[in-house]
Amino acid sequence: MIKVLLHNILRFMVLVGMQVFLFKNMGYYNLITPYPYILFLLLLPIGISNPTLYIIAFLTGLTVDAFHDTLGVHAAACVTLAWMRIIFLRITLEAENHDALTTPRLGMVSFRWFLPYILLTTLFHHLTLYLLATFTFRQFHYTLFSTIFSCIFTVLIILLFSLLTYRRRTRK
Amino acid sequence: MKNIWILLTKYNDVFLFILFFGISLFLVITQNDFQRTTSLNSSNSVIGKIYQQASQVTNYLQLTDANKALLEENNKLRQELDQYLLADTSTLQLVRDTAGEVRYSYLPARVINNSIRQKNNYITLSRGANDGIRKGMGVISPQGIVGIVLNVSDHFSTVQSLLHSDTRISAELVESQAFGSLVWGDEYDSRRAVLRDIPNHVEVKKGEKIVTSGYSLFPPGIQVGEVVGTSDGGGESFLDITVALSTEFHKLQYVYVVIDHFNTEKQLLEAEGSMDD
Repeated sequence: MIKVLLHNILRFMVLVGMQVFLFKNMGYYNLITPYPYILFLLLLPIGISNPTLYIIAFLTGLTVDAFHDTLGVHAAACVTLAWMRIIFLRITLEAENHDALTTPRLGMVSFRWFLPYILLTTLFHHLTLYLLATFTFRQFHYTLFSTIFSCIFTVLIILLFSLLTYRRRTRK
Repeated sequence: MKNIWILLTKYNDVFLFILFFGISLFLVITQNDFQRTTSLNSSNSVIGKIYQQASQVTNYLQLTDANKALLEENNKLRQELDQYLLADTSTLQLVRDTAGEVRYSYLPARVINNSIRQKNNYITLSRGANDGIRKGMGVISPQGIVGIVLNVSDHFSTVQSLLHSDTRISAELVESQAFGSLVWGDEYDSRRAVLRDIPNHVEVKKGEKIVTSGYSLFPPGIQVGEVVGTSDGGGESFLDITVALSTEFHKLQYVYVVIDHFNTEKQLLEAEGSMDD
């Protein structure tokens, strides 16, 4: 339990830190920027209760917002991501079969499950993010372009992270 | 009552989503008012400190560029000084500025955080209210204008960069002296901006210099950039002029905050004038 908590806190600091100092300045002009800090929210234990998940997502979003000077935008995107995560887990997993503390990381779950999981959640996160950042439907093609390419960028970086920290499942 | 409770717990994810999304949306919509009243932005002392630590590393890597920029500015100032020193004063009468006081003074500050890739960009400076910075002051760099101070804490301040959709700065063409307002425009390119509201009859040459007009927070004559091209704006009687900015926002390291000593007086007088109307 404590170990899981410590792992998550460490993951939060590393991912948000990298987001704020590194990934914020990366990208192709202002069209495409990766946001791999959402991996923290995706790797929270499977059995986490909905209210806790929403609160953590909201606070994570606010933290990133404070650094980006975009109050509320990332918070809204993270809350959307949390909802998508809940729906996806409900559809694909039967809760009884899983240990509540399992981290849904590669090695614990199959790649065939992991890829659609991050693709779907990332897509909704980025769509909310870019829609709120532009706050208009006027240049929708521009928003859509940014969303899709940032999404690809983010997913690639998340996969890279997952492969770098890949460990085989230690218990049955 | 019981049924409502069952409904709420069964679909708690939807309701919680609506709740939290609502709060976030509220923050986004009231963002501009909120940024003034809350401390959740990069002039916050904790986040300012973190950014300052990080910028010490990146600063070191850019020392060569910073040195070069300083040298160039020194050189330019030295040349200007020479003009005064070598001027033949024997035939000239010394004319004192009767205003008697210096209107503008400059406070150097270090950039500890900068962004150019967002749709609304902000810069964080390592100086704040304790050093005399107040909201609404102009910020310039040796190459040109940078932005307007948005928030101040004791030791840090955030600047609404020129690369921000709400920034408007009064600027004029050097030769025709026609003035308009400078905005970032829709291109989201950190080297380009658009000068709006220049009347149609004004002749604009490519490469013509653009400077601040002195009507807003900035002293007159500060370099802004040069004309790249013109196009008819939405209306028929005004031109949209594309401007190549002289400030290199991606390399910004040291800036000057412009302190306008007569600003309050000017604003009071102008407010009086508009009340008479």
